[in-house]
Amino acid sequence: MLLEIKDLHASIDGKEILKGINLSIKEGEIHAIMGPNGSGKSTLSAVLTGNPAFEVTHGSVSFKGKDLLELSPEDRSREGMFLSFQYPVEIPGVSMVNFMRTAINEHRKYREESPMSAADFLKFMREKRAIVELDSKLANRSVNEGFSGGEKKRNEIFQMAMLQPKLAILDETDSGLDIDALRIVAQGVNKLRSAENATMVITHYQRLLDYINPDFVHILYDGKIVKTAGPELALELEKKGYDWIKDALI
Amino acid sequence: MMREFVKTYTSLYKEHEDTLNRSSVPLLNQQRSNAMERFDQMGFPDNKREDYRHLDLTAVLEVDYGMNLKRFNIPSNPHDVFRCDVPNLTTKLMFSVNDQFYPNEKPLNLPQGVLCGSLAELSKTHEALLAPYFNQLAEQSLDGLVHFNTAFAQDGFLLYVPENVILDKPLQLIQILQGPEEMLVQRRLLVIMEKGSQAQLLLCDHTLSPNRFLVNQVSELFVADNARLEYYELEMSHAATTRLSHTFASVGASANLSQNGMTLSNGLTRNNIEVHLNGSNSEANLSGLALVENEQFVDNHIWVDHAVPHCVSNQLYKYVLDDQSKGVFSGRILVQQDAQKTAAYQSNRNLCMSKESKMFTKPQLEIYADDVRCSHGSATGQMDETAMFYIRSRGIPEKEARLLMKFAFAADVIDNIHLDPLKDRMRMLVEKRFRGELARCAGCTAAQCS
Ligand SMILES: Nc1ncnc2c1ncn2[C@@H]1O[C@H](COP(=O)(O)OP(=O)(O)OP(=O)(O)O)[C@@H](O)[C@H]1O
Ligand SMILES: [Mg+2]
Repeated sequence: MLLEIKDLHASIDGKEILKGINLSIKEGEIHAIMGPNGSGKSTLSAVLTGNPAFEVTHGSVSFKGKDLLELSPEDRSREGMFLSFQYPVEIPGVSMVNFMRTAINEHRKYREESPMSAADFLKFMREKRAIVELDSKLANRSVNEGFSGGEKKRNEIFQMAMLQPKLAILDETDSGLDIDALRIVAQGVNKLRSAENATMVITHYQRLLDYINPDFVHILYDGKIVKTAGPELALELEKKGYDWIKDALI
Repeated sequence: MMREFVKTYTSLYKEHEDTLNRSSVPLLNQQRSNAMERFDQMGFPDNKREDYRHLDLTAVLEVDYGMNLKRFNIPSNPHDVFRCDVPNLTTKLMFSVNDQFYPNEKPLNLPQGVLCGSLAELSKTHEALLAPYFNQLAEQSLDGLVHFNTAFAQDGFLLYVPENVILDKPLQLIQILQGPEEMLVQRRLLVIMEKGSQAQLLLCDHTLSPNRFLVNQVSELFVADNARLEYYELEMSHAATTRLSHTFASVGASANLSQNGMTLSNGLTRNNIEVHLNGSNSEANLSGLALVENEQFVDNHIWVDHAVPHCVSNQLYKYVLDDQSKGVFSGRILVQQDAQKTAAYQSNRNLCMSKESKMFTKPQLEIYADDVRCSHGSATGQMDETAMFYIRSRGIPEKEARLLMKFAFAADVIDNIHLDPLKDRMRMLVEKRFRGELARCAGCTAAQCS
């Protein structure tokens, strides 16, 4: 098992958002997480990647057999966890190149490998940029600064390509992308897939799942996973919305 | 209390007036008694004055400093202390030790007519040339410290660049503080840029002895029509150093002054910068970076005076404050009635890394013309935690993430440096400083070695 979440509870400012999540992900699988606004999808991704703003009050998470909750955000990343942010952060003054070079070399250091040479790094970066067709101009600017919504999302997948994670969590990576960009980004994600890694796709729409075909679809509702099924569940949601789930729960 | 200190120095002056004059030159001596009168009237600034509200000099002035009035020789050769191991020289290097200019070992090979070196020495042969400039701007000051300097200064640094002469290599003056006991140092600088001339001057402050130093520095910069001066000041002193600096600049028509002051390590620093844009279409770009920690204190006091139409001024000041350090920024822009079509901008941004650090900011806009573009903004904040998490989520450890953020914060002030070797060197020094790896003399060859 790559990831095993057991009865996970988390809160922010004393308010409980996650109310007992259970979820297991194996290598090679794709899991889609759907659910109404505010149900806790981004909170789940933040808690898994170690955002210190959230407090885990109960439960456990194991990742590659390790106690994930014990690890710092940077160690989770270096163990192979990656989050494509719903709202990528702008960091003026930090160039994309410098940011990625630092990240790559920190990953290498963690694996006790020597830093990548400047030439190798630039070549590596060029290759990965091609996967999501990220403009070289963007790669030379400050991290996300002044990027359009779509460019930011593309940049997230570019970083994913650079860091080659074991588990990638894509939090609404499709929102803000135009039709062509959606296809390019989704194809990029598919190119990065392998039997060893897994993907958690958070989305509201079937259109992304047309490209990235999930093995499982989960519905997160009010901090709990209330339903899990195959890809047909996403189609059903597209048709019926969430009301029938609500009705079934009350 | 302040009155007592003034008395101490006025009686010291009376007692040693002859010695002062004997070991100096007429150009400086002529101003002494007048300056002493003004100093006596104005006294040392106390913190009841609005412009010294956050700076109490009592503890600094209480110290019994020695002054080298008899001009004893400098003990060591600074060229030995500051040997550069990479022979790739990119600046013309000079030294001053305390308030004495150290004679150059080798000729600087500057274009004909350029005067560069000891103010006292050069005034012996060029007094008539220098007299219309020396103390002309400083004399108007309402700050007693300025006249305190004029009354006691015996030497200084002079740069005179004749009409249309362009210095292609930057000049670098390393100002060393060194001495066996507590010292009061009256540094003086005079820069005269004649019409159409261009120069770059870098001043680096270093303190070599561990004891206390009080530096009281007065600089006068005259930038004539169409001239261009880039003036960089880099302070890397220590906790027992007090630097009180007063810079006055007069900028002529279509002339350009860039001033960049960087405080990488210090004790207590006050930088007064007063720029008068006296000719139309002139431009002043002022920027500063202060990195302070422990009990360090940096107070930048800027005044830009738009006296005539069509001038541009920019101010960009950034502070990174850690521990119990304190920062003050006061930026005054005066747009006089005739100064139509003025564009004046000011920005002050501060990053407080600890709860105990404090920043005081005071922008002051006085606009008496109606067709102007002015803006000012100031913000003091903590580290952006959202950005911190974003960086860490990519595998970069917290300490490195903090460094990246601090470095990013300082980046645009460093980008304002036009001198490429200095820009690169500054990037390295700032990074080292943030990493806590800054050796005392790491910057001694600021633009020397690449
Ligand atoms: N920093 C915060 N402070 C207070 N409440 C928060 C904070 N972050 C999230 N919440 C609350 O937690 C709940 C879950 O938010 P979350 O962002 O996880 O939802 P989501 O499922 O990702 O929604 P969406 O589909 O709109 O992205 C919401 O009610 C939200 O208001
Ligand atoms: Mg969300």
